[in-house]
Amino acid sequence: MDLDFTVVLDYLPMLAQGTKITVQLTAMAVGIGTVIGLFMSLMRLSGVKPLVLLAKIYTDFFRGTPLLVQIFLFYYGFPQLLGVQSFPRTLAGIITLSLNSGAYVAEIFRAGIQSIHRGQMEAARSLGMTSAQAMRYVVLPQAFKRCIPPLGNEFIAMLKDSSLVSVISLQELMQTGRIIVGRSYRAFEPYIVVALIYLVMTMTISQLVSYLERVFGKDDQSE
Amino acid sequence: MAKMIRVNNLTKKFGTLEVLRGISCHIAPKEVVVVIGPSGSGKSTFLRCLNQLEEATSGEIIIDGVTVTDPKTNINLVRQDVGMVFQRFNLFPHMTALQNVALAPIKVRKQSQQEARELALSLLERVGLADKAEQYPEKLSGGQQQRVAIARALAMRPKVMLFDEPTSALDPEMVGEVLEVMKGLALDGMTMVIVSHEMGFAREVSDRVLFMDEGLIVEEGSPHELFNNPRNPRTQSFLSKIL
Repeated sequence: MDLDFTVVLDYLPMLAQGTKITVQLTAMAVGIGTVIGLFMSLMRLSGVKPLVLLAKIYTDFFRGTPLLVQIFLFYYGFPQLLGVQSFPRTLAGIITLSLNSGAYVAEIFRAGIQSIHRGQMEAARSLGMTSAQAMRYVVLPQAFKRCIPPLGNEFIAMLKDSSLVSVISLQELMQTGRIIVGRSYRAFEPYIVVALIYLVMTMTISQLVSYLERVFGKDDQSE
Repeated sequence: MAKMIRVNNLTKKFGTLEVLRGISCHIAPKEVVVVIGPSGSGKSTFLRCLNQLEEATSGEIIIDGVTVTDPKTNINLVRQDVGMVFQRFNLFPHMTALQNVALAPIKVRKQSQQEARELALSLLERVGLADKAEQYPEKLSGGQQQRVAIARALAMRPKVMLFDEPTSALDPEMVGEVLEVMKGLALDGMTMVIVSHEMGFAREVSDRVLFMDEGLIVEEGSPHELFNNPRNPRTQSFLSKIL
């Protein structure tokens, strides 16, 4: 067996940079995805037919098609559609990952909102609050709490899935690994190091999630 | 005499199930009306129609001159004047007792934080819970939660209070403290409609008792009349089972 991890050492700054990009990409995707997801879940639950339909088409599309296809569609397909040369790959990556994440977050919020007992909405409405006020002050604060653990899991999933944007040469952690393999003519060592970096990150987040689960997990309903 | 609540031929259907089959009744200001009847008789649905938590299928409800059932009526404005207390309290678990009571005055009545806080404290004192103002609902007993819920409804200075089986979810030893608060409200002249199984309370506090069965008001009268001389066989049969 011929293993030589010293070759990777030369590329540590590159790996650090790639890791940083991966974390940034993921944070932005989940951050923007959370905003999109919130609006989509509210649309889905609004009871207004066109909004419900729109939200459903959105979540079905992004959850029902491979992320890899979505990335190609946005990076290669849309410039043709819009009649431009190309998209900046970072922008294309962030947009695609955010839209993808938004669909999953929408379902997380929808489940969270629906888990809040109907009596909460009724109590708020009986005091004369509009449904928007009842949502904002009564239902959402409780729903958000319950959404924290699944949002953490979404963050982990997105961290791993973000490696797919390496196919459009966006130089995050996975793409950095591929470049190192190309330059060093060694495949195992760079890829196992890349894998371990992902593992350390996902395990750290999952620790954080289980901590948050302990803090927020207990059922606080008066029911 | 002017009426606080007028209900004319109210019906409510859930799909094909006819829960209310033509309810008519008038309730005067300051009147305390207790609605009794077997489970499934439609009494909770009737109460929930009054503030349109359930939309009426047909018929008319007029509260203090406002036609609640008119689609053009802003129901949020009506609800500001109609307090409701629920069987399961429905306190907001992420807020303290004080915040529960102060929320609607701040967000709906646009009172200042300070004003709402003082109002909430005085109401919590009225229900005997001034010392629990900073507690979260999960730290309160059922009876205390229900008293906070009453204070929360009172914070909107309602003209009418609706009670949907307010003591049914309580341990027996806590029923008294909640009924005591409700009695105080009745003595202060609040117009109240109460769905309840507390016959002793109905006898002592109410001006009128409505007996509902199968979506209709079968019989009504003063508590003395209704409990001592029920005329309708269904009323007689119901009362014989519970008294």
